Amino acid sequence: MPEGGTGGIQGRDSSAAPLLQVRGLNAWYGESHILHGIDFDVYGGEVVTLLGRNGAGKTTTLRSIMGIVPRREGSVLFEGVETTRLPSNRIARRGIAYCPEERGIFSSLNVYENLTLPPVVREGGLSVEKVFELFANLKERRTSQGTKLSGGEQQMLAIGRILRTGARLLLLDEPTEGLAPVIVQQIGRTLAELKREGFTILLVEQNFRFAATVADRHYVVEHGRVIDMIPNDQLDANMDKLRVYLGV
Amino acid sequence: MDIFGIPTAALFGQLMVGLINGAFYAMLSLGLAVIFGLLNIINFTHGAQYTMGAFCGWWLLEQLGVGYWWSLLIAPIAVGVTGVVIERAMLSRLYKLDHLYGLLLTFGLALIIQGVFTNYYGSSGQPYRLPEEFSGAYNLGFMFLPKYRAWVLLASAIVCFATWFVIERTKLGSYLRAATENPALVQAFGINVPRMITLTYGFGVALAALAGVMAAPIYQVSPQMGANLIIVVFAVVVIGGMGSIMGAIVTGFALGLIEGLTKVFYPEASNTVIFVIMVLVLMLKPAGLFGRER
Repeated sequence: MPEGGTGGIQGRDSSAAPLLQVRGLNAWYGESHILHGIDFDVYGGEVVTLLGRNGAGKTTTLRSIMGIVPRREGSVLFEGVETTRLPSNRIARRGIAYCPEERGIFSSLNVYENLTLPPVVREGGLSVEKVFELFANLKERRTSQGTKLSGGEQQMLAIGRILRTGARLLLLDEPTEGLAPVIVQQIGRTLAELKREGFTILLVEQNFRFAATVADRHYVVEHGRVIDMIPNDQLDANMDKLRVYLGV
Repeated sequence: MDIFGIPTAALFGQLMVGLINGAFYAMLSLGLAVIFGLLNIINFTHGAQYTMGAFCGWWLLEQLGVGYWWSLLIAPIAVGVTGVVIERAMLSRLYKLDHLYGLLLTFGLALIIQGVFTNYYGSSGQPYRLPEEFSGAYNLGFMFLPKYRAWVLLASAIVCFATWFVIERTKLGSYLRAATENPALVQAFGINVPRMITLTYGFGVALAALAGVMAAPIYQVSPQMGANLIIVVFAVVVIGGMGSIMGAIVTGFALGLIEGLTKVFYPEASNTVIFVIMVLVLMLKPAGLFGRER
């Protein structure tokens, strides 16, 4: 049984409804049944991570919330509205933004065009100037072709462009993967800053040490199910259990 | 005065014919390139839609007395709407399948459309009366340039450049370019990609129809006009490279000129020179002169 699974979140004001409520989420790629009933909550202003081994279904969970898997069933309530029957563009318009694992920088667009591509869906997004303040390298390279940037710069561009949209729930898939430690730190600082600004972030991370520096709670995903929830302040105490889960 | 033994007036006259042909090659291959870029479908119906544009213009004039200038506006919109219907009702169902099916569908539609027109209008062409404004020619000294030909060159250059500009330099174009690369991600940002695809197909079709109206006063309006042209246009697109907008435009005009030059100096080869070049390009740079590897 999941400890403190979906409802019993220690220390939380559970009278407030979650911003994102996922119940019984199943997803398929063709014949492959990847998610077997994902359940979890994300409250406004939180940073929550999905931890788990490769192939556990973490990326598929983000993609299912965003509506870009071929087939999904179950319930995903965002601000109380059911989104599982909506196409991905309508889900984005409701205020969710997605930063894919492969970053998805467009090679036929320059940095500025990549940055301004996602339309503004809500008020309160960062202006282009503010994004350039956050990521100074991008400002210098604004007319460069998007894919000519380094891995770290592309990651910043991928994060930066969804900050402009005004979406309040950000889905980030492995933002630190393959990046140098100094860039990872910069991303950590950026996420902390975003949290202070009131963004809600659902993060998929293999690097749980990084996750521990930014997250409030961690859900462990295995074989397409959520099997545990560990609040961040109890992470050290649960390190042995976590190592078993992640097979490290 | 003679150049290489050819009278100047004859040489430039033939180059002019080549350039005009090139203008139509450019407009048609541009439409094909835009459609292929986003939909990944080779629109075989393009020639038939060009024919429909010409017939629409002819019909507007003969039946309703609606003149050339209005036809330039009405025909592309009317034929563009049929394109939207084709995409929504038929093509969109094939996207999840192999691209071959889209090609087969558009090929079949081309045959149907051409068959219907041939049934009603036979194989002979209908003439399209040139509007008053265009009678006569400009005397350039080394040749006479018919006013209508001059207009075709100007208009096609404007249409091609405007299309290129919108795609490569505007926000709308950036959506199109991004969706060509990764449509799922663009949709996940909030953009209605299926609608964009429909409108893009409609635009490409409208471009073909516009070329048809412009062609009506020059070539006869016949059911076969599209079929005759589309084979050459495909060769142009292969040479230029399917993915490149500028490539389609430049290659179209250039190959028209080359065809014209060949007609002057070695007329026997003028029908085949473009295909010879196509074979060469396929062997040396299969992605096309301006193409990017997909």
